[in-house]
Amino acid sequence: MAVSRRRTEGLTDKPFHYCPGCTHGIIHRLVAEALVELGVLGLAVGICPVGCAVFAYDYFNCDMIQAAHGRAPAVATGVKRVLPDRVVFTYQGDGDLAAIGTAEIIHAASRGENITVIFVNNAVFGMTGGQMAPTTLLGQKTTTTPFGRRVADAGFPLRVAEMLAAVEGPAYIARVAVSSPKNILRAKRAVRRAFEIQLQGLGFALVEVLSTCPTNWGLSPPEAMRWLEEKMIPVFPLGEFKVPEEEEQC
Amino acid sequence: MDKVLMEGNAAFGEGAVRAGCRFFFGYPITPQSELPHYLARRMPEVGGVYLQAESEVAAINMVYGAAAAGARVMTASSSPGISLMQEGISYIAGAELPAVIVNIMRGGPGLGNIAPSQSDYFQVVKGGGHGDYRLLVLAPSSVQEIIDLMAVAFELADKYRNPTMVVGDGVLGQMMEPVELGPMPDLVLPAKAWATTGTAGRNTRNIVNSLYIQPEELEKVNLRLQAKYSQMAKEEKRWEEYRLDDAALVLLAFGMVARIAKAAVDKLRAAGIPAGLIRPITLYPFPDIPVTQAAERAKAFLVVEMNAGQMVEDVRLALCGQRPVHFYGRTGGVLTSVAEVTGAAKEIWEVIE
Ligand SMILES: Cc1ncc(C[n+]2csc(CCOP(=O)(O)OP(=O)(O)O)c2C)c(N)n1
Ligand code: SF4
Repeated sequence: MAVSRRRTEGLTDKPFHYCPGCTHGIIHRLVAEALVELGVLGLAVGICPVGCAVFAYDYFNCDMIQAAHGRAPAVATGVKRVLPDRVVFTYQGDGDLAAIGTAEIIHAASRGENITVIFVNNAVFGMTGGQMAPTTLLGQKTTTTPFGRRVADAGFPLRVAEMLAAVEGPAYIARVAVSSPKNILRAKRAVRRAFEIQLQGLGFALVEVLSTCPTNWGLSPPEAMRWLEEKMIPVFPLGEFKVPEEEEQC
Repeated sequence: MDKVLMEGNAAFGEGAVRAGCRFFFGYPITPQSELPHYLARRMPEVGGVYLQAESEVAAINMVYGAAAAGARVMTASSSPGISLMQEGISYIAGAELPAVIVNIMRGGPGLGNIAPSQSDYFQVVKGGGHGDYRLLVLAPSSVQEIIDLMAVAFELADKYRNPTMVVGDGVLGQMMEPVELGPMPDLVLPAKAWATTGTAGRNTRNIVNSLYIQPEELEKVNLRLQAKYSQMAKEEKRWEEYRLDDAALVLLAFGMVARIAKAAVDKLRAAGIPAGLIRPITLYPFPDIPVTQAAERAKAFLVVEMNAGQMVEDVRLALCGQRPVHFYGRTGGVLTSVAEVTGAAKEIWEVIE
């Protein structure tokens, strides 16, 4: 009998601690597979955030650094400047990257720091109990927007991919989702692209991945997938927002 | 050996380069800006990296990353910037990474001013960031000593895998003094098998981390850290003694203030008062050894600082009430003078006599 779901060598044997139906696990797998397929697992240094992915150092089968909340792009900058020939990536949630770490991500992008950023947008702070994130949708109920997010109190959801695409430094910015097999395949291609860009020395690459948090959304895993597709994608459209210049021309 | 004239802030940079540091991350702030100015030119000359970060928060986290990657790395700032770095410094201590932080202290609290001060003694010696950790803290008092102690700072950081802070103030940072640099040292830097450099060529993964979710596990780590701090306390206390042998009135001062106190000791001696000086070179671990030894002969102690009295607590702790400990200090960035210190010492001596 053929084994159809072998774990990639890019991940350790440690079982994920993520909630049932949480797509952090899928995203981990995509990143790990990309590192293996590109043959750079042994060169990889990953930086994990503070957030539900804080234990990612237990899962990615490469050297890992745990960073302070929001500071992974600065930590990655330090690593990459010391080891320019290693493959350096950060894995960050939307509280980590788009709230407390806004300055670090914008300036790493603006410097065109030659790193790869995997940005997991699940529209809430997962780890701390489902509070509002900068990416929380208007009307979305969270533990800190019990009546739904209102512009008057809490402003608008922040579109990170679009914002960073307006910065001159980045080489590659894309938004993907892991809500269906088709979207997962696309996400996989984008993640791989983001690492290839780094290997080619083209500069900063970020993939925003729309992800589920069934626990804090108060939905079952299938409902969460549907919610992501029906509610999140209209606000956070999928696609490539910035690609290396030569490509744009052809 | 030829001497060259060098400014204090530049000496912090040159001392670092000579200690094998090739990575600097920092954010401008007065009165330390000549240090990054110097390194922005010097680092490219030696194949190093100078990077101006977007904030002190980013700078200290770049230091964290570069240290994790195995480099000798530093940052520099002044009081408000050092306050911003505290979370990162705590992470560096928790993850046991070697790094050097220069702090050219200025008047506080708040924005305070840019005048020379020692008002961050508590912050640098007692913690600053969260958690049960310690920094190694060095306090040079001349431009030559800046060069010498920067080498010590990087060695100690590597030896203990611990952040080391080197403190000065705006006067020390901006004064020009002759220094002997000698030839560029030929350094063999220690191997760092723990560094996160990619697993290629290694069988195990390296992880840099300060998270231990199980309390018992974290307690074990903390006990190991405490054992390390005890070893520091045993092996790394440094100080200078001046006319201490027969001193009945012992002054204590560090950094620039120690130079003023030294001159005051001479004045006091000239007036027939048997004064002496202990100059702590390490602020942590605090050199209590000369304090307790001096107490055998001394009738009183006078701690002189450019703050409202911070190191004085460590002196009192060392003496456990055996001898009276007096304090004289100026705050707000006001420089104390030889005349003021001499006056304060004479008043104490008159009461003793
Ligand atoms: C300096 C600091 N502030 C706040 C926290 C608390 N905290 C931990 S995780 C988190 C938010 C995480 O949310 P996100 O980045 O969206 O990741 P997720 O858990 O959803 O994957 C917060 C606020 C912290 N650890 N450190
Ligand atoms: S809280 Fe949300 S983001 Fe965190 S593991 Fe659970 S489902 Fe995933």
